[in-house]
Amino acid sequence: MKKHMISFTINGVEETREVPSNMTLLTFLREHLTLTGVKSGCDAGECGACTVLMDGEPVNACMVLAAEADGVNIRTVEGLASEGKLDPLQEAFIELTGTQCGFCTPGVLIQARALLDRNPHPTVDEIKNALRGNLCRCTGYTKIVEAIQAVAQEGS
Amino acid sequence: MKLPLPELPQFDYIKAESAERAIDLLQEKGAAARILMGGTDLLVRMRNGALAPTVLVDIKNLPGMSAISFTKKDGLTVGAAVTMNALARNSDVLHHYPLLAEAAESVASYQLRNRATVGGNLCNASPAADTAPAALVLEAELTVMGPKGERTIPAMEFFKGPGVNALEAGEFLARINYSNPPKGWKGRYMKIGRNAGGDLAIVGVAVMGYPDKDAPSDFRFRIALASVAPTTIRVHEAEEILAQNPITETVIGMAAEAAQEAATPIDDVRASARYRNAMVKELTRRGLVDVWSSLKKEA
Ligand SMILES: Cc1cc2nc3c(=O)[nH]c(=O)nc-3n(C[C@H](O)[C@H](O)[C@H](O)COP(=O)(O)OP(=O)(O)OC[C@H]3O[C@@H](n4cnc5c(N)ncnc54)[C@H](O)[C@@H]3O)c2cc1C
Ligand code: FES
Ligand code: FES
Repeated sequence: MKKHMISFTINGVEETREVPSNMTLLTFLREHLTLTGVKSGCDAGECGACTVLMDGEPVNACMVLAAEADGVNIRTVEGLASEGKLDPLQEAFIELTGTQCGFCTPGVLIQARALLDRNPHPTVDEIKNALRGNLCRCTGYTKIVEAIQAVAQEGS
Repeated sequence: MKLPLPELPQFDYIKAESAERAIDLLQEKGAAARILMGGTDLLVRMRNGALAPTVLVDIKNLPGMSAISFTKKDGLTVGAAVTMNALARNSDVLHHYPLLAEAAESVASYQLRNRATVGGNLCNASPAADTAPAALVLEAELTVMGPKGERTIPAMEFFKGPGVNALEAGEFLARINYSNPPKGWKGRYMKIGRNAGGDLAIVGVAVMGYPDKDAPSDFRFRIALASVAPTTIRVHEAEEILAQNPITETVIGMAAEAAQEAATPIDDVRASARYRNAMVKELTRRGLVDVWSSLKKEA
């Protein structure tokens, strides 16, 4: 099986690694870069637990080959905080209990960050719409939506 | 049902540096090679063992594959690797082809739409493909590249069976052209899935209509269905009823019944044939009512 040298930016740091053809970006991030905030919930594009930003847009890492990540900029939940300061979304999720078991949380945070970056003041419907690909089995979504709304209102 | 395997089977990933290289690979490897676009159909089918290609040929980066262009003369041309999100937010698409934007936006989740491509959706030739009914009612033309150069296939001749398209050995889909639809047209894509979003269609119905003084009713409609036959289909019987009779609620009801009769749905994990049968009539009716009321507003 072929191997590929890929160069990419991960959470602001440039890296070059070798990956086999059949490795997904999800496995690569978790097993090779130990970014275990990226979760594997279904490996089928359904649950959104593996959501990461690729060149600023959210994608399901389980549906992307690591070999395709050559030249791209990737951001995971580990890269949301900067200079020791949590993203306002992370603060709001703590404050308003937008997380329970936490399994869906990294994907939800990434998805919400992408939403606010393209639409800083979304309506409740726009928030719910954006989260359709992120399944949460604990919270019933209400707290998640409230936490995102809080940040959207403050503006960030 | 087989559960998805955590890892993909072995294969070689090849990023084609030219169309010629892609065609050579497809010819040389035959069925063992497959085109990789967003992978959102392909990787699922490789994980569950339905497909086992040994070479994946990535053609997303070839020139023109991600381009969208619009001219008054030629209409809309969409590269096969254009993603659903790119299509749904393109200003020319929103302005001139809102039906297409609506269909693209109905696919899966936001994340998946960043990867899922229009070309992959059509080539996968699923009866549930959400952008296929729009291609049928807009009478799109698909340009494919292959060993003998380029050729064009009308959307009406592209879908051959579940998962079977009209591509021949060594060919790949390069772009899709949606010519300028008739003046004053309106369209809707009506879809129901098991949830409000992110799921394959239980039934999908694309409806478009436009004023036509040559039709006895002064209007013509085109209707196409998803998820109720071995392929996505046009329903000419229903279209004919609407061209021949002055449009009323009763005539719309008759057309919806004709759509129901043309449908040959099956039971599957998503819904029963009986439910699909009822819904194809109802969605066709709703789509027609909607399009008809927009047409009337402008008449
Ligand atoms: C969770 C989930 C939800 C989904 N929901 C929907 C939905 O609501 N509606 C819907 O319609 N689909 C849905 N899908 C299916 C899929 O996402 C779409 O059909 C998508 O558009 C496929 O595009 P792709 O680029 O990912 O194709 P790929 O998976 O890359 O390719 C699909 C097939 O077509 C072939 N192919 C691709 N491009 C070409 C080409 N240019 N020339 C020749 N052959 C080619 C490939 O070899 C492969 O066999 C869903 C999938 C998942 C995983
Ligand atoms: S693990 Fe990727 S969507 Fe579930
Ligand atoms: S907090 Fe447990 S799955 Fe969402």
